[in-house]
Amino acid sequence: MTADADRALVERLLDGDPRALARTISRVENRSEGYRDVVSALYGHTGDASVVGVTGSPGAGKSTLVDELVGYYRDDGETVGVIAVDPSSPYTGGAVLGDRVRMGSAVGDEGVFVRSMSARGHLGGLSTATADAVKALDAAGFDRVVVETVGAGQNEVDVVRTADTVVVLVQPGSGDDVQMLKAGILEIGDVFVVNKADLDGAARTVADLREMLELRGGEGRTRVGHHGAVGVADEGRGEDADDEGEDEDDEWSPPVLETVATTGDGVADLAGAVDDHRDHLRQTGRMRDRARSRAAAEVRTLLRQDTADLVEAELRRRGGIEAVAERVADRETDPYTVADELLAPVQAALDRRQADDGS
Amino acid sequence: MSAEQDQAESERDRPIRCLVAKVGLDGHDRGAHVISRAFRDAGFEVIYSGLHRAPEDIVQAAVQEDVDVVGISILSGAHNTLVPKVVEGLAEYGALADTLVLLGGIVPDGDAKQLKEAGVAEVFGPGTPMSETVQFVRENVPTRR
Repeated sequence: MTADADRALVERLLDGDPRALARTISRVENRSEGYRDVVSALYGHTGDASVVGVTGSPGAGKSTLVDELVGYYRDDGETVGVIAVDPSSPYTGGAVLGDRVRMGSAVGDEGVFVRSMSARGHLGGLSTATADAVKALDAAGFDRVVVETVGAGQNEVDVVRTADTVVVLVQPGSGDDVQMLKAGILEIGDVFVVNKADLDGAARTVADLREMLELRGGEGRTRVGHHGAVGVADEGRGEDADDEGEDEDDEWSPPVLETVATTGDGVADLAGAVDDHRDHLRQTGRMRDRARSRAAAEVRTLLRQDTADLVEAELRRRGGIEAVAERVADRETDPYTVADELLAPVQAALDRRQADDGS
Repeated sequence: MSAEQDQAESERDRPIRCLVAKVGLDGHDRGAHVISRAFRDAGFEVIYSGLHRAPEDIVQAAVQEDVDVVGISILSGAHNTLVPKVVEGLAEYGALADTLVLLGGIVPDGDAKQLKEAGVAEVFGPGTPMSETVQFVRENVPTRR
């Protein structure tokens, strides 16, 4: 695709053409030639959407809850973009992306744009592809962007980090779910939701979660009040946030909510908690902090990929990884020596550059 | 890295995206499930529409998901009413040229001929081997400009 065609594509996207938006997301997902310029052109138009990440174990009810949330936002007159990330087969790379099935409220409505993505081996990582897709939806003018992903593994954690607010979904009854939270997901949640709250064991799961969140909050400092209760979001945090100093009230206590996604119970509370969190981020200046650390992470990731590409090209020039691997396996050389050899041109270029700067 | 090389690489790395669609009042989704699975095993990305969708829903999903293939499964006999609506909808968005529209189900030969004239690439009846459908998709998927 030529640069002119790309410019036209971006123009159409900004005009709200759904097909241009869909095409753009394909471009960033496939990293097809010139996609970087497209993202660059879009970037200036981003930053207005409120981005919510929803994660949780398979079957927790993410898609159904997201559907309800979308309906809620639509009733409020807001437009919503959804990115649903599904796992793909590690063997064939194929995937059945089924989230659309559970998103009934989205159909026949131009104010909702649902895009399924497979968690396939994206060159350069799923999180980059998702973050760029979020930018496309943001630039296209959607008020809300919801990113939905299975909460398992670093990949997914990175994905939801592209959001302003991360909602972690848990289903009642299984201790395993809460167990999973210990492994890193607990730290990234801004709002916790026990879905299927009409099932047995919901109260127990809520209690377990609150206890764990308190432990998390208790690390390094003692806390008064704000025990991560449901009502915490309504307690007029705004006024006293400023005068009571940094540590106490500046800290966000993640609420634990209960929902029944299939009936829509608790969805309004969830939407409220998401907005409370966003307000909190704004008032405490953390929105900016998050944006900055997100930007830093994105730049780092890009740099890593780009240098990896450079090295990969050099590797191909020298006969590919197989030839090298053969020599290492035969004990003719060792991995470190090979890596040093391959990196030598890069190192040399950098040394030259430094010498030039120094003189 | 040359531009051509880049291009070739991205061509190869992009999986074929398919929308498997059930339209109208037709609850028989076994075929749609089986074909979804076969496509997945062939390495395609499959988006399944779910049951009882209106043609407009299918068009919307096809456009938003930017699929290469729309596979419509109809066992209710309403193909002459529903399929043209999907085809027309895709054309309205300017997406028809880039989309391979397939039809699966029980479709009489006469109807199949007509639907093919209207823009359906191929009609697959009962008993079609999965490999045949997969092969057809591979060979006929539109190349993007």
